[in-house]
Parts: sequence; structure tokens; C-alpha cells
Amino acid sequence: MPWIEAGRKPSMIAEPQFEPLAEDALLLRFGERIDLDLNARVQAAASSLHRQLPQLECVPAYASVLLRFDPAAWAGADGHPHQQVQAAVLAALRDTDPVSHAAHEITIPVCYGGAYGPDLLDVATHVRLPADEVVARHTGAEYRVAMLGFAPGFPYLLGLDPQLAVPRRDDPRQRVPIGSVAIGGGQTGIYPQQLPGGWQLIGRTPLRLFDAASEPPSRLVAGDRVRFQAIDEATFRQLVPGDPP
Amino acid sequence: MNVRILQPGLLSSLQDAGRPGHAALGVGRAGAMDIPAWRLANALVGNRGGEAAIECTLLGPSVVFEEAATIALTGAPLRAQLDGRAVPLWTRCHVPAGSVLRLGGMTVGCRSYLAVRGGFDVAPILGSRSSDLHARLGYQQGRPLRAGDELPIGVADPLPGRHAIKTPYIAPWSLDPQPWFDFTEAPLALLRGSHWSRLDRDSQRGLFAGKFVLSKDSNRTAGRLDGQPLHLETALELVSEATLPGTLQLPPSGQPIALLAEAPVTGGYPRIGQVAATDLPRLAQRRPGDTVCFRESTLEQASARLAARQRRLNLLLERIAQRLQNGE
Repeated sequence: MPWIEAGRKPSMIAEPQFEPLAEDALLLRFGERIDLDLNARVQAAASSLHRQLPQLECVPAYASVLLRFDPAAWAGADGHPHQQVQAAVLAALRDTDPVSHAAHEITIPVCYGGAYGPDLLDVATHVRLPADEVVARHTGAEYRVAMLGFAPGFPYLLGLDPQLAVPRRDDPRQRVPIGSVAIGGGQTGIYPQQLPGGWQLIGRTPLRLFDAASEPPSRLVAGDRVRFQAIDEATFRQLVPGDPP
Repeated sequence: MNVRILQPGLLSSLQDAGRPGHAALGVGRAGAMDIPAWRLANALVGNRGGEAAIECTLLGPSVVFEEAATIALTGAPLRAQLDGRAVPLWTRCHVPAGSVLRLGGMTVGCRSYLAVRGGFDVAPILGSRSSDLHARLGYQQGRPLRAGDELPIGVADPLPGRHAIKTPYIAPWSLDPQPWFDFTEAPLALLRGSHWSRLDRDSQRGLFAGKFVLSKDSNRTAGRLDGQPLHLETALELVSEATLPGTLQLPPSGQPIALLAEAPVTGGYPRIGQVAATDLPRLAQRRPGDTVCFRESTLEQASARLAARQRRLNLLLERIAQRLQNGE
């Protein structure tokens, strides 16, 4: 399913720029903002390149794609791997619908507030909404995984209701519990393992997002569509027995 | 067939070439900090190339070999004693069952490698046996080695010419550590980063003219560089983007951070430079308190240097394999 109406012609969209990063890496830049449209183009390009040029490692971020390659394999006749990669990428992108991208839809159950979301009341106070309205707005939106980073499987989600934006905590926690659903600035994310972190914790999911031994190891990949669904404590405990808040 | 850790040393972990191909999942490469030294240690024991070895940091571990084994040490020079007898680096050594290898402190440099024929055969995670201490992936959830750890050795045919030994044997030939181990404080080649041009004039000069000291807060993720603070002309609001080993970031403190083997896959700080790949092992061999300075290099120069080093390393690997084949 396309992310965004794919009505615009490719020629109307600014050409992406290449920036050399290292002997084995180029950055393909689409822009410099956190923006749904921009990220949709990033995801479309990354998945198309991944399909057409499997020998490149393509890593999507908010507004750019990292291209990592083996310089020896791409040296070409003139010995300039970056130019060879650039030419191959441009050729591959010519045949790519710039905004269309098949995305999975995942619903993530979350137990909000209480011991599972110890910052929910602070967030509600800060944004001047009742706590259940914060939950209603958080579950009411559809999100896109802009990228995975920070730790294995940590999804940066776009689509947070701007009214729910809250600053990060002044005193980051040393241990944020696994599965914590959090808001940091205008973004929301999920801690895939116990980690240090400064985002505001509003709930917790019983789903395990990342397990290196599973195939695939990450439940979410960049470009996926995500919704949150509120569950009560009894349901959480049913799904994760023996995991006290 | 195990190697048991008696004392872990300062920070010892299993490392191989790392786990490329998973950055899109937020999983970095990790892997050996000094790739040529790790590669040569494996070559000296006749491994095919990708086997895990123990990376030691500043002070090596003490281990007992429960079965006879063929080992090699490379990297930073350190005191090594096998049942009280000195063992040199950069050569092959056959150790009888029950031998105890005690590694001491490094006299210069920061990282040494202990390879064993067959490799340390722990379960691979996402295609690698590398311990990512930061992301907690690898042997025992990526923690450093501890006393009591039992590391299995992989199965390998015996080397030609040497069988069932009862006493330690040290091969009569060794490698010249130069140019593979370089602990001099000669400047590291640095490419301009995407945001170098956003530094103020003094900082643009200061990056290449100044001297930095590697801070004691450095680890496998990053080397923190203390020196005259660098400043941007105007503050930048950046969205998180790809970072790589060797990326030189500038946080608001003005003290640059050089990302290393366990570099996170994305970061939001300005990228003011990129350490040339050929000089990353040299940076990995700097210890806290050592001086770090940079000289400017172009991408073309850095790429040519990297290709030349790779050819030289491949040639040496072939020669080592040939000598082992000849039973030397």
C-alpha cells in the first residue's frame, strides 16, 4: 500500500544528493528535516535499492540513506568506487516510484500509566490534558517507523500528535524497562531491551520487539505502519507472566 | 576442547570481523578494533580468516588450555608466559594440554589478539561471534570475558608437520610487526566531514593543527578527544543520520568524539571528520593519555592507501598460508 498519494511526478521532486562519508560509504540525502513525505521517499529508495542492488548495504534514516559497499568490488576500471556506486544507484532510482512503498501494519498492545508508564501523569500535566486523553490521542494516531537506531530494534516513530510533544527528562534513567513506550520531544518510541534513556515513559508493551536469535530478529523495520492499542494490567500480565512492573 | 579463563585481564572479549548488514535494524558491526592484527593472528595459526579471537585491552587475561592447541599473539606488545616460559608475539606456538598462558600488561599500544587454531567456537549471533559490549550481543549477551568462562575451540585439521606435542613449541619464524603495529603518535589521516565547513575558521585550522589527548572515558564505542574546544560558526539543528566507525563527531562541549568499532548506527551530532580506514587500527592502539593529532587527506588519497594496504595484507596472508602448507 502506498504511504502517500503517489500523484507527483518524479521530476517535480528535488534530486537527492550524494555525500561521500568514507572509503566504503556514501550518504544519499533527500533533505534535512523530520518529515513524513521526506521519510516516505527515503523508505521507497532504500527498499528499491535493497532489492535491485543487494550487494550494497542500505540503511534508511529520517532524511537520508547510508550506502555501504566493498570498495574493492566496486573499484571499476578507473578505480573510483564512489562514482561506480553513484551511477548504479541513480540508474536504480530512475525506475523507482519515489513515494510508493509496501509497508507492514503492526498493532502494539500497551498498558498505559501506573507502574508501566510512570511518567504518564507528568506528561498529562505538561500538555494540559487528562491522562486518558493522552492515551486516547496516543492510540488514535497512525505512526510510521522512520528508522531503527540507538539500540538494536529501537524504532523512531513519526506521527505523534504534536500536542503530546514533551521535552526529554532532565535526569535520564539508568534502566528503562524492556518494552517501555515513551515520548521524547515530538517523537515516540519503544525500548526493545532494558536500556538507559531520557524519554518520558507512558506505558509498556508485552511484545518483544527484538531478539537476535529470531528470524527476522526485529519485529519492526523502517517504513512499517504502527498503531498502539490500550490493554489493561491483567491482559499485560497474561501475556508476560512473571514480569512485575 | 576448551580454553578456560583464569583471570580476565582488564577488558577481554571475543572478536571477529563483526556483523555487517544489520545496521538497518539498529545493529552495528562491532568486531575487532585492530582488524589487520586480528586477521594476522588467525593467519599465523592457519585459520581460514573469519574465526573469533580474544581481543585484550591494556592488560591481557590468563587462560588454561584444557587440550593441546596452536596459538598466536599479535597487536600491542605484552608480556606473555606459557608455564613460566616467555612466548613472543607475531609467531605460532603449539601448547600442550594443561598449559597456562599468562598475559601481562602492554608496554605500548592498547590492544592485542590471542588466536587459536580452529577459532573460539561460541554460538554466532546474526552471523558473527563478535561481542558487542554496548548493544549486548554475542557470547554471554556481549559481556566481557570473566574468570571461569569456558570457550570451546573449533574443529580444525592439524597443521602439516606438527602432531601430538608434549612440550611447548615456538615456530622458528615470525612476522615483522611493522607496518601492522604502529604505536607512534604520527598524525592520523582525516577526511573532511559533512559539517567541517560549518566550523569557525580557528576550529577548521585547530582540527588539523591541534593536539588532542585520548580521554580515559574512551571505550570500544568511542574515543573522546580532549583539547582546545572546537566551535561551529552557528549552532546546527541536525536530524539523526548514519554514523560509521571513524566518524569524528562534535558534541556541544566542543571536544570531538571519534566513533570506533561499536559505533552506533545513527547519531545527531555534527560530523566534522572521518578517520581514514587505514589509520583506524592506529587509533585503536592509542591508549588513554596518548596524543592524537590529524593531518588532512582527500577521499582519493585515503581510498588509494586503503587499497594498497589491502593488497599488502593479502600478499602477506598468502605467504603465511604457503609457509604453513610447507610445514614451516
